[in-house]
Parts: sequence; structure tokens; C-alpha cells
Amino acid sequence: MSELGVAEKSAVKREVVSKEPLFSAKNKRLLTDPLDDDNPITVQVLGICSALAITVQVQQAVVMSLSVVFVMLFGNIIISVFRNAIPSRIRIIVMLVVVASLVILVDEVLKAFLPDISERLSVFVGLIITNCIIMGRFEAFAMGNKVFPSALDGIGNAIGYAWILVAVAVVREIFGSGAISFPGVGQIKFIPAEFFDFGYYNNNLMILPPMALIVVGIIIWIQRARNTKLIEEN
Amino acid sequence: MKVVDNLLGKVRPVFEKGGRFEKFWPVFDALETFAFVPDHTTKNGAHIRDAIDMKRTMFLVIVAMVPALLFGMYNLGYQHYMAIGQEATLIDMFVFGLIKTIPIIIVSYGVGLGVEFVFCIIKGHAIYEGFLVSGMLIPLIMPVDIPLWMVAVATAFSVVFVKEVFGGTGMNILNVALTARAFIFFAYPTEMSGNKVWISLNGEGAVDGYTGETLLGQAVGLEGNVGFHDVAGTAYASIADSFWASFVGLIPGSIGETSALAVLIGAAILIWTGIASWRIIFWGLIGGAVMGMIFNLVGPSISPENMYLQVPWWHQLVMGGFLFGVVFMATDPVSAAQTTRGKVIYGFLIGLLGILIRVVNPAYPEGIMMAILFMNVMAPTIDHYVVQANINKRLKRLKTAKTTA
Repeated sequence: MSELGVAEKSAVKREVVSKEPLFSAKNKRLLTDPLDDDNPITVQVLGICSALAITVQVQQAVVMSLSVVFVMLFGNIIISVFRNAIPSRIRIIVMLVVVASLVILVDEVLKAFLPDISERLSVFVGLIITNCIIMGRFEAFAMGNKVFPSALDGIGNAIGYAWILVAVAVVREIFGSGAISFPGVGQIKFIPAEFFDFGYYNNNLMILPPMALIVVGIIIWIQRARNTKLIEEN
Repeated sequence: MKVVDNLLGKVRPVFEKGGRFEKFWPVFDALETFAFVPDHTTKNGAHIRDAIDMKRTMFLVIVAMVPALLFGMYNLGYQHYMAIGQEATLIDMFVFGLIKTIPIIIVSYGVGLGVEFVFCIIKGHAIYEGFLVSGMLIPLIMPVDIPLWMVAVATAFSVVFVKEVFGGTGMNILNVALTARAFIFFAYPTEMSGNKVWISLNGEGAVDGYTGETLLGQAVGLEGNVGFHDVAGTAYASIADSFWASFVGLIPGSIGETSALAVLIGAAILIWTGIASWRIIFWGLIGGAVMGMIFNLVGPSISPENMYLQVPWWHQLVMGGFLFGVVFMATDPVSAAQTTRGKVIYGFLIGLLGILIRVVNPAYPEGIMMAILFMNVMAPTIDHYVVQANINKRLKRLKTAKTTA
């Protein structure tokens, strides 16, 4: 938890005033901020391990993202409902119990309905428990806010995490395997066969983990070039 | 010269502030200072300047690479004609190598300088000459038949991600040329490793007994005794023979790294002009020799069937790109250690790790590449501890001086 960024600490102060429209400007920002300005991966640099490990294929990344959306949303709601009942001295343990139960739920569902993907994701579903983004949002937001804003915050952060994951996976699978495989549809080729006739090769480095880091780096590069307020002053 | 001067003077206003191509001033500036000694004067600070600026430094390094390049071209032809079993004159061999090498050099320079120009125009600063050396090193460490688009992709990748994103020339965290090679090694392993890529058959049939293995490739599979053979499959008479073949450089390998002799001539030029650090080269060789000796000593007792351990240490030093890496790559002044003692540690560990990786992990026959990249990353840490050690030593001295006084 020591990794919590300044951005989250400021989020604690963002108390929601009662009696306001369901999608007020403030609530909307809870959804949209984590997509760009306060992105969990590219700005807060949390949850990097899973971004490196399961972005070789798009379908893995999508399943992982959906799992995180589920855990994040319901975790935030549960913590927010019980926020006044949880004794602050044991709050981390309570959060762990909540997130662990949700993750086990997800893991069992995946094993039952998507055994292939579940096998390929292996330990990484279980490791959602240790995903810093989730514990970070519980601690920084759900513990201090009402249920509805907490739910929005959960969705926002999970989707902020998800789109980076999927973007990295798309790049890695296209250049690493030449085609993206979808369940049920099969492989869709993105690199035309003529390229291979002319001597094109799939880039093996794309399949190795270091390339995920470089692709995330490129996304951060583009993001900061567009959004100059993210650049720190030295 | 006068003509060039007049021409540059004529187009100068177009590129100056307010001119039509103001944005492209760095390009003009680069061409002008390349042809003539610039008439820039210092505005503040030190007013005495060494005549040897970055352009001339880089140029001297290229001069030092010329023996390796010329010999590499000759060796390409030599290996080719030996593999297909034809007699050929020295000129034939050289021309064959020349035709194979020139496109790689053009692509490497074209792409690398292109990327550099784009970044300079975006950032609006003068073009630095950092790429002149890298652009020449890249062709020297490529296999002969490497597809040109791979050279282009690898060059662009390493210039952007190792140099430009960290601030351009003088800021690269790794050696640019070596990163390009490592990129191809991992991304397109079929074109950078194995037995097929080191000799260009050029579509012709090979002689009986032809094997395209380098000596490093042969060393991994040694059985019974230490002995090597040449491209046509003829075994060298003795270990001394294969040593001399590797020393002179008539063995298969990447274009410019086979000849220890040509590399040593380059090293002499670099050390004589004071451009490369003799400490890194010297201690790199010592490190490699030490590791080789350790293997020679313990090899027979810990793993008698592994003949690679028993390749004599002096033979290890001339095989593969070890010497080339230590002389031209490890001495990159930006990515190497900066402190004097740091350079000793840095060079020694490069030699040590280079031989260690090569022998222990057959998947990485060219261990020196990994060793140098790894030590590039470690260099700042080495420097930090060297500086700290010096500070602590002096603090202690101060303390004793106070107590005795």
C-alpha cells in the first residue's frame, strides 16, 4: 500500500455532497478521470505486473480486464456499504477478505465456463488480490465515500486499467503473431500474407515481457505529448 | 572546397531565422560543420577549446574501424568461395564482400540519421554526430545475408528507444549498435543465430562436408577432444592452427568481427589517439582470460564431458565477437563507467561475464553482447559506489587528522 500516489490521497478529500443529481459533473469525473488524467497504469503506475504478464493475447487481456472490472465494482460497493462498520485498525484485513472472496468467485466461474483461458491466465487471476489498484481504491475512495460514487469510481478505474491492457495486447498480438484470435471466430489476420512472401517475419520480441513495458512506455509518451499537464516540473 | 563553400554560402539565408526553411536549420548546420571547421566562438566559460570536437572524435573511431571493415569484406568473399568450392582471386573475394556490405551500411546510416534528423527538427537543436559511429558499427555486427528491412527496424528501434527518448546523443543508456543487434537476436532469431546465416552461399550449392557453423557454434557441440574445422569441413591440424585462423579472421561470423588482428589495429588507433579507455580494453581482456582459465582449471574435474570448458583460454579470447565487443562496444564513453576505478571493474566484469555466458548458456553463443548490455545498465551503480568509497575514505582521513591534531 506504500505505493499509493499523491493522486489518490487527494481523491480522499473529494467528499461527495448529498442531494445532487445522479450524474453530476463531479460524478462524471469519477468515471472519466481514471481513463486519462489519472490513469492507474500510465499515471499512477500501479498494476504493472499483470500488464506485463497477460498482454500477449487480446482474449486473455479482455478476460482479465472483465475480471478486474467485476472485482473492482463489487469490492468498492461492499467496502462503501460497510465503511462505517469497519474498525479502522483492521480495515486492511477486511479489505483483503472482500477482494479475496470476489477473486475466488471470478476464478471459479472462469474455470467452469472458460477452462482454456483460465488455464492460460494461470495464477494471474488469483493475483488480482494483490493488484495495487484495487486495494488502493478501497483505501483511498470506498472507505470515505457513499455507495454510488464508489461504484462509479470502481468502474472508472477498472476501465482505465482495462483499456491500457487491451491496447497493449492488440499491439503485441498483431506484431507478435500477425493475427488476433477471438474465441468462436478464430484468427483474424492483420498482416497480409503477401508480406510474409516478401520475407516479413513476426516479431518474436513482442511476445517476450520486456516489449509490454516498452509498449506501455509508448502509450505514456503519446499521452504526455497530448496532455502536457501530466509532465512533472523538475 | 571553394565550390562547396560558395554553395553553402548561397543557400545559407534560406535556412537562417526568418528564412523559408528555418525549421531545417539543424540539417544545414550539420552539413556545414561537417565540411568546414565551424567559426563558432564561445560566449562564456572556458575559452580554450580542444580542436578535436565531437565530429572529429567520431571520425577517428570510424578510421579505427576501417581495418575490420575491409578485412570483413574480404573474409565474406573468402568464406563464400570456400563454401561453394571455387577458386577466386583476392579481388573477386573483396568485391563479393563489398557488394554484400554496402547495402547494409547504406540502410543503417539512412535510417539512423533519418531518425536523428526528425528528432532534431522536432526538438529544434543542432544535429549531433553520435550516429556516425553507431551507423558503422551496426553493419559490422550483422550476419551477411540479414534482410535489409530488419536492419532498418532494429536501427530505428535502438536509436529511438535507447538514445532519443533519453535525450539524444550523449544520453544513451545502452550501446546503440549493440541494442540493434540484440533486438534482431530476440525478435528474429532465425536470422541471427544457428548455422545457416553466417556465410552467404548466394544461391549456389555448397561443397560436401559444408557446415555453416561458427567456431562458437562448434564449441557448444564439441565431443571427445577440443578441435575445430573450417567451413568446408576440413579439420584444423591443431588447436594452434584454429587459433591463428581466428586471430587473422578467416572464420565465419558477423561481417566485421572475425579478425582479432584487424580489431587490435583498431584498438591501437583508439588508444594512441586517446579516444577509447585503455583500462576498459585491458581489463576486459584480463576478465575474459581469468574466466577462461577458471574453466580450464575446473573443467576436467566438474564436467569432463563438456569440452567447451577445456577450450584454452587464449583461444576463447579470439573466438566470436569477444574482442570486437571489448574494443569497440564496451568503450562507448557514454554508456561505460566514468570513474577510473569504475572502468577497471566495468571492463573486468564485461570480460568475465562475456566468457561465462558464452560457455554456460549455449542459447546465447555471443555472450559478450549480453555482458556489455548488462554492464551498461550497471555502470552508473558502479560509479556511485566508487564515488561513495572515495568520499568515505576522505571522511575517515579527516577524522584521523582531527583526532591527532
